Amino acid sequence: MEDLIFNLFIFVLAAFVGFELISKVPPTLHTPLMSGANAISGITLIGALIIAGGSGNLYAQWIGFAAIVFATINVVGGFMVTDRMLEMFKKKEDDQ
Amino acid sequence: MSQFLPEFLHSYIPTTIQLVYLIATGFFIVGIKRLGSPATARSGNQLASFGMFLGVVVTLFDQEIISFEFIIAGVLIGALLGATAAKKVQMTAMPEMVAVFNGFGGGASALVAWGEFTRLDPSLFDTQSLITIGLSILIGSITFTGSFIAFGKLKGFIGGGRIALPGQNNINLILTAIALVLVGWFTYDPEYQVVFWSLFGLALLIGVLTVLPIGGADMPVVISLLNSYSGIAAAMAGFVLDNNLLIISGTLVGAAGLILTNIMCKAMNRTLPNVLFGSFADGPAGGPETSDSDKSIQQTFADDVAIQCAYAKKVVVTPGYGLAVAQAQHVLKEVANLLEERGVEVKYGIHPVAGRMPGHMNVLLAEADVPYDQLKDMDEINPEFPSTDVVLIIGANDVVNPAAKTSPGSPIYGMPILNVDEAKRTIVFKRSMSPGYAGIDNDLFYSDKNQMFFGDAKKSLQELASAIKELD
Repeated sequence: MEDLIFNLFIFVLAAFVGFELISKVPPTLHTPLMSGANAISGITLIGALIIAGGSGNLYAQWIGFAAIVFATINVVGGFMVTDRMLEMFKKKEDDQ
Repeated sequence: MSQFLPEFLHSYIPTTIQLVYLIATGFFIVGIKRLGSPATARSGNQLASFGMFLGVVVTLFDQEIISFEFIIAGVLIGALLGATAAKKVQMTAMPEMVAVFNGFGGGASALVAWGEFTRLDPSLFDTQSLITIGLSILIGSITFTGSFIAFGKLKGFIGGGRIALPGQNNINLILTAIALVLVGWFTYDPEYQVVFWSLFGLALLIGVLTVLPIGGADMPVVISLLNSYSGIAAAMAGFVLDNNLLIISGTLVGAAGLILTNIMCKAMNRTLPNVLFGSFADGPAGGPETSDSDKSIQQTFADDVAIQCAYAKKVVVTPGYGLAVAQAQHVLKEVANLLEERGVEVKYGIHPVAGRMPGHMNVLLAEADVPYDQLKDMDEINPEFPSTDVVLIIGANDVVNPAAKTSPGSPIYGMPILNVDEAKRTIVFKRSMSPGYAGIDNDLFYSDKNQMFFGDAKKSLQELASAIKELD
């Protein structure tokens, strides 16, 4: 039960941090922000690593494998595509 | 990989992992913060990806991980697929891409919870873990199927309009309630397989049924909300695994997604329940056929538009989804360049929900090298319309519909719009007279000050560009 309470504290505090971080973003950056945040949600990959590589039955490992594939697509694709978008925004600054 | 480290270090591993997780958390927070400003955004994204890299690498040293075949194969396949997709996707297709990535993220969280549940004996789980396993599977699965339906709708595989059974909203609410009951039942009796599988199947179904009825114009809100869900699903997976990094990062994303969703809703003057459960089609849509007879439009052609623009002082472009569909952003920029060479001031007025995801138009125009100081938000550009000579409305419709201000009966009444009708002249680039996604007729088209330039946006802009060149 103590674990749960501790985790809930973290959850609530992180939510406040999240709200504060995002509230002042200009609309120009909404798409990159969303896709960057989306890549971060692929953090579930580290959970997938533990399941795919951990002790346990083969069945669980296959599920973990699928989770790794999914999460890695999310992480790698998400960060790369965000970078591609932001690169374009960046270029303008050099021009000026 | 802990087996490769000397024995005496083993006792430090768990603490070290947690400390590195803490550092990774810092990278995520600073990364998201920096994503908030154009000048620092790229470095923000890089910081966040480095944080992710740290988190993943240090996890490999977790003593629970003993075999690497699945990990190596999975990461290679996923990275290859993700990188290829990210490199190949066109900027116009960005909303679809984000939806797909998001779906995979949500799916992964559901799989993690399922894997953890399968890996260990059900009797080992306490109530907290069981609830969060249930919620993780529920939210993750909804995100998974919901995102792919959103993808299908954006791609046009699935009809963009409202697809729904009668009473669909009540059905969805009841199904969601049943799913929550199943989470409770699963917590009470985790060994009863039927409950587990019913929950999984029902969650996947709910994802399909809730996104299917939502019209294309509401997609920015849906994608944003699903993005939030995928974060919450990751946070739930973090509860299952007792992993702080997952809880914090997932929650950050969940909160960020909610804020964005809220911004989108405000821009449309609608509440989230209204977007999810209501529909434009439910409103009193004054059908376009009813009063067509007494309204007339003025049609125009490239040569005429060219003259009007070339001799204007100020031209404002208001782009919409049609610009993306026609892939016309580069030609648009060419037209703008030609006009600027002639001393015309060109600006872009961007409605917050133009396109199919928040900021969609900004990304497109950035791709075409439009400097971002020319991109104006609704609040910035609206005061400028009275002093604007020509507004070029390219592939936008509902976001410039004066009915939002003038007719209280209209389904979009109250939605803040771009006040293009205050400009001296508006020119609408449009394929045909068909109404926008909201299915409402647009009085702007029949205004004395408006002209219609029919045709594919890209082709029309190309004609316009050559017409401007010929003026010399």
